[in-house]
Amino acid sequence: MAEVSLQKLVKRFDEVEAVAGIDLAIADQEFVVLVGPSGCGKSTTLRMIAGLEDITAGDIRIGGDVINDVPPKDRDIAMVFQNYALYPHMTVAENMSFGLRLKRFPKAEIRQRVDEAARILNITDLLERKPRQLSGGQRQRVAMGRAIVRHPKVFLFDEPLSNLDAKLRVQMRTEIKRVHQKVPVTTVYVTHDQVEAMTLADRVVVMNNGLIEQVDAPNVLYHSPATRFVAGFIGSPAMNFLPCQLEQNADALTLHLSDEIRLPLPAARTERYRPHVGRPLLFGLRPEHLTEVRPHANGGDMAELSATPDVVEPMGMETLVYFSINGEEVCARLDPVAGPQVDQPIGLAANLAHMHLIDPDTDRVL
Amino acid sequence: MTTATPSVDRGAPTRARYGSMRRDRQWALRWSYFFLVLFAIFFLLPPIYMLITSLKTSAEISAATNPWWVFSPTLENYVELLTTDTYLIFFRNSAMVSIIVVTITMLISVPAAFALSRMKFWGSATLATGVFLTYLVPETLLFIPLFKIFVEFRNLTGIELINNWWVLLILYPTLTVPFCTWIMIGYFASIPKELDEAALLDGATWMQTLTKVFIPVALPGLIAATIFAFTVSWAQFLYPLAFTTSTDQLVLPVGIVTTLIKGDVFNWGQIMTGALLGAAPPLIIYAFLMDYYIAGLTSGATKG
Repeated sequence: MAEVSLQKLVKRFDEVEAVAGIDLAIADQEFVVLVGPSGCGKSTTLRMIAGLEDITAGDIRIGGDVINDVPPKDRDIAMVFQNYALYPHMTVAENMSFGLRLKRFPKAEIRQRVDEAARILNITDLLERKPRQLSGGQRQRVAMGRAIVRHPKVFLFDEPLSNLDAKLRVQMRTEIKRVHQKVPVTTVYVTHDQVEAMTLADRVVVMNNGLIEQVDAPNVLYHSPATRFVAGFIGSPAMNFLPCQLEQNADALTLHLSDEIRLPLPAARTERYRPHVGRPLLFGLRPEHLTEVRPHANGGDMAELSATPDVVEPMGMETLVYFSINGEEVCARLDPVAGPQVDQPIGLAANLAHMHLIDPDTDRVL
Repeated sequence: MTTATPSVDRGAPTRARYGSMRRDRQWALRWSYFFLVLFAIFFLLPPIYMLITSLKTSAEISAATNPWWVFSPTLENYVELLTTDTYLIFFRNSAMVSIIVVTITMLISVPAAFALSRMKFWGSATLATGVFLTYLVPETLLFIPLFKIFVEFRNLTGIELINNWWVLLILYPTLTVPFCTWIMIGYFASIPKELDEAALLDGATWMQTLTKVFIPVALPGLIAATIFAFTVSWAQFLYPLAFTTSTDQLVLPVGIVTTLIKGDVFNWGQIMTGALLGAAPPLIIYAFLMDYYIAGLTSGATKG
């Protein structure tokens, strides 16, 4: 069993606190992705798990044992680096078997493990090549092979796909998922790419400023973000945020976005939002929940408004329309059939069943 | 008419610009070749003169003929020198000193460079600068205090260091170790940090990381450092001149000068022959390892 747990983990570089006391429990065989903008502390966290950075405070446990002071080689982990870090003077087979040879494994077992990993990764015919004779994708497979042959308790991936081109990145993403299904080992994966995070993870850990903002399954994260940061970070194009106020209207509540735009809140949300009437709030709605008016849409939660597009971006399967409300840019996702044109007013429907209200003081979603 | 004029105007300068670029390049190349040939002639003239003189008899050297031509070539100087015991002793001493110094230098500077460039410890950056500063102190400043230290050492312990060829094994590394360490620091710094982290995670100790990863990867730099250490040891003149005096303890550069110049009699033929033969080993090594040498030096220069 190889659960990984981080308790009150802190890393300070001189004056800068890169990781500011985080708690995280990763289950055995779970695939967890740490995601966040540059400098949020995700790579530092991974490197502390690997033992490549000292811990300022807190504990790291693997399989229940505190490993704070255990040297990297004795932690029973394997890491895949962004730039592959293959030994340039060794063949693929030698690269993969280096760790096992150092540990003086029997030759037959080394051979068998390398062959098995090569089969899983489809690199059997590359075993005698040197890294410089391989493409980026092949090198990344070898780097994964080097990790697999060790049969480690935990796999660590540090932005492994960042050096690949867009097409190869998608291929390798699938490959990593397939490998994890075949070799289900506890995995911690660091990336700044939210698509990688969403597609690969059992659970996604969103980090910001050295702290964890939210830990949840990808869909939960997307549909029920806990904070403004998570709401804005996950999803592309990003969620629209508009300053707003709630107004009491008999029993119902109305969302006041501007003097022209007042939207009736769905009845299901009334009780939840009633305590916040009259306060300045932030209204969040994803672009796909702001569409052209569709005749058969669920009427109860839909609110209509009119807008004049500033920019229209046809994407093929959808058309992105940008306009502004009170000076704030808003993005809507339309069916291309709706044929929106710049400077020609169109009617839009906001699906308020998917709306979020954020308290601007705490940045938490209400 | 008015519309045609600008189009002609626009076309003409474009052609001229392309033409001038090509011409500029040609001129740059011509000047480069001119200066390179000038340089080559300047630096090749002395060895050519040495070769010509080494093939002449003493009589022809002192005769008032064209010094750049051999009228009656002879290998007399070569035969005489190579059958003289003293010259062979100088050669052997030089070879021993150089080979041992290169070995000592590599054994010290490679691990030192690895430690200074990769292992985080207090004061490592200052130490690295210190190593380089040591190299900047010229041996002309050092040989007198060193001589004094050796004398004191003899007075204290009774062990005589001066006038033994092996004292050079202590002296030469003061020149070679700092420079080779510096070259290797630069070279090691160009190796991505992830490579030693990967080795560390694979279970390698620092020593294994050095021997199994860094040395093979940094081989060009290592060869460059080796060549440098060999050249310095082979050509060093001041230290052996100051610290060795007996004929059987001398190395080649000093030996040639002290034994072939007797009073005011210069045995030019043999001096030139001796110097030419003495220059052969570094030349041969350079010829074989030139590509590695350049790769090593440039890499160390741009990174780190």
